[in-house]
Amino acid sequence: MTWELKNMRPGYGEALKELGKRYSQVVALNADLSGSTQMAQFGNDFPERFFNVGIAEQNMMGISAGLATTGKIVFASTFAMFATGRAYDQIRQSIAYPKLNVKIVATHAGITVGGDGASHQMHEDLALMRVIPHMTVIAPADYYETKSVIMKIAETPGPFYVRLGRTDTPVIYDEDHEFKIGVADTLKDGDDVTIIAMGLMVSKALEAAKVLKREDISTRVINMSSIKPIDKNSIIKAARDTGAIVTAEEHNMIVGMGSAVAEVLADSSPVPQSRVGIPNVFGESGESEELMEAYGLKVDHLVEKAKYTVSMKR
Amino acid sequence: MLLAFDRNDYWSDLESSVSTLTPITVEARKWIVKMIHAARSGHPGGSLSTVEVLTALYYEVMRHDPGNPTWSDRDRFVLSKGHGAPALYTTLAMCGYFETEELMTLRQLGSRLQGHPSMNKTPGVDMSTGSLGQGLSIAIGMALGARLDRKDYRVYCMLGDGEIQEGQIWEAAMAAAHYKVDNLCAILDRNQLQIDGPTENIMSLSPIYSKFKAFGWHVIEVNGHDLKEILMAFKEASRIHGKPTIIIANTVKGKGISFMEGSLKFHGKAPSDEELEQALEELGGDVR
Repeated sequence: MTWELKNMRPGYGEALKELGKRYSQVVALNADLSGSTQMAQFGNDFPERFFNVGIAEQNMMGISAGLATTGKIVFASTFAMFATGRAYDQIRQSIAYPKLNVKIVATHAGITVGGDGASHQMHEDLALMRVIPHMTVIAPADYYETKSVIMKIAETPGPFYVRLGRTDTPVIYDEDHEFKIGVADTLKDGDDVTIIAMGLMVSKALEAAKVLKREDISTRVINMSSIKPIDKNSIIKAARDTGAIVTAEEHNMIVGMGSAVAEVLADSSPVPQSRVGIPNVFGESGESEELMEAYGLKVDHLVEKAKYTVSMKR
Repeated sequence: MLLAFDRNDYWSDLESSVSTLTPITVEARKWIVKMIHAARSGHPGGSLSTVEVLTALYYEVMRHDPGNPTWSDRDRFVLSKGHGAPALYTTLAMCGYFETEELMTLRQLGSRLQGHPSMNKTPGVDMSTGSLGQGLSIAIGMALGARLDRKDYRVYCMLGDGEIQEGQIWEAAMAAAHYKVDNLCAILDRNQLQIDGPTENIMSLSPIYSKFKAFGWHVIEVNGHDLKEILMAFKEASRIHGKPTIIIANTVKGKGISFMEGSLKFHGKAPSDEELEQALEELGGDVR
């Protein structure tokens, strides 16, 4: 399959700029990565409301929290590694516990950061953010969904974590797509197995469904961009309708989206589940596609896991 | 009746302000030891060292309204050293944010008075704190918020001296000077002790004055138990333009109660029944 590729990050940059025009309360903070995170457009248009705090992520989260107490809608951006790793306690104590209106939009998440290697490849961010009370966690699937997510969260009070990647990502949606918090999107119906995917794994799930069809396996594909709150009804329905679940994420398999799905299944509707994701290891340097192959995130891996999961059905 | 506190013109009659505030500090100390005794845990030492500064702020310096705790034009206070919560709660209760009787619920299940401040639970608490080193960044955010909204409120932030060993404090110190937030005034409760011992033995902080000076702050050093010096320092801070101010308040941990003064034991330990009795006796009897 050939996909139109479009980077998610400009979707963020453009939406943030639009929000700046629409709402005077929107402010933006960055820690010396305003170009890479695409916040620079906002900074150029609204210099008074843009604060580049330098390489000081902990301070950025704190200042964000302080601004939020004064009624601002605060966007804070840096790489996922430094946002959630370096400033974890600041997010927990100063943003989530007091339930302040800070939107942490982190870029360069996942193994596809590529050449920078393990120090910059963040596979644990969803785990870290998901376990914090009050935190809503979202991983958009493409450029258009990113835009919709950013507009939606600006209008929804409370702390948010949004995860974006570095690479160009296949386009799944168009301008009309409307993201809803806590609602999964069923992209393709099917009866034998369901692949629940997020981020750049969504296009791979759609491709895997085509391959599986050739082998007479009918596959449902769900985009689970709202990781928390998670759409329990869609998961339970998929379990009941198809009896087998495969999850696909560019994230550590521990406590990521696949685990969130497993929690729902365990509580409500246990069926065989397999997880496709990064094992609990550090990454390494390489080209994005090479790394996807090396760490088991390609279409073939999904197909194999789907067949295995179907075979486990009683 | 709830009273709105305006920024008083105490400058014109400092002596009279000091004589009004002094008995309030005595009552505050009584409540602090009583509530920590009732809770059977808490931090008396670092609460008692802050009493004069908090009393000066809430009774004379800050503009605030106990009847309207979220008033958007109020001056803000961030207790970055969150373990000093008993002193903050006492001051808020005495000002009228809630009944002083509620102080006796400190740290109990279901109480609005958490072990460390929680802004969503306690009226008058402007920020949730407890994990050290974070308050100064918050205060900068609040000060920038005032600037963006063209409001004239001021932001006060109290730091513990051990607390400034946290790296985030220095990220914030750099940023406050960079953004020239002259509506921000930090107070350092320089009581010389942290849990494991004297700050200068654990990880030396000196010279604090020249460190903040080098970071671009206006620095004032006072006796943190001398109300006159404290009030004069806050007045001076309000007249500084283009840079943040820090008041280094030299204090005594456990101030006001002989056996707690300078005592490491009372950093984080509640007084026993006998110790409470003795403390109240030294302070002139039970609360009025």
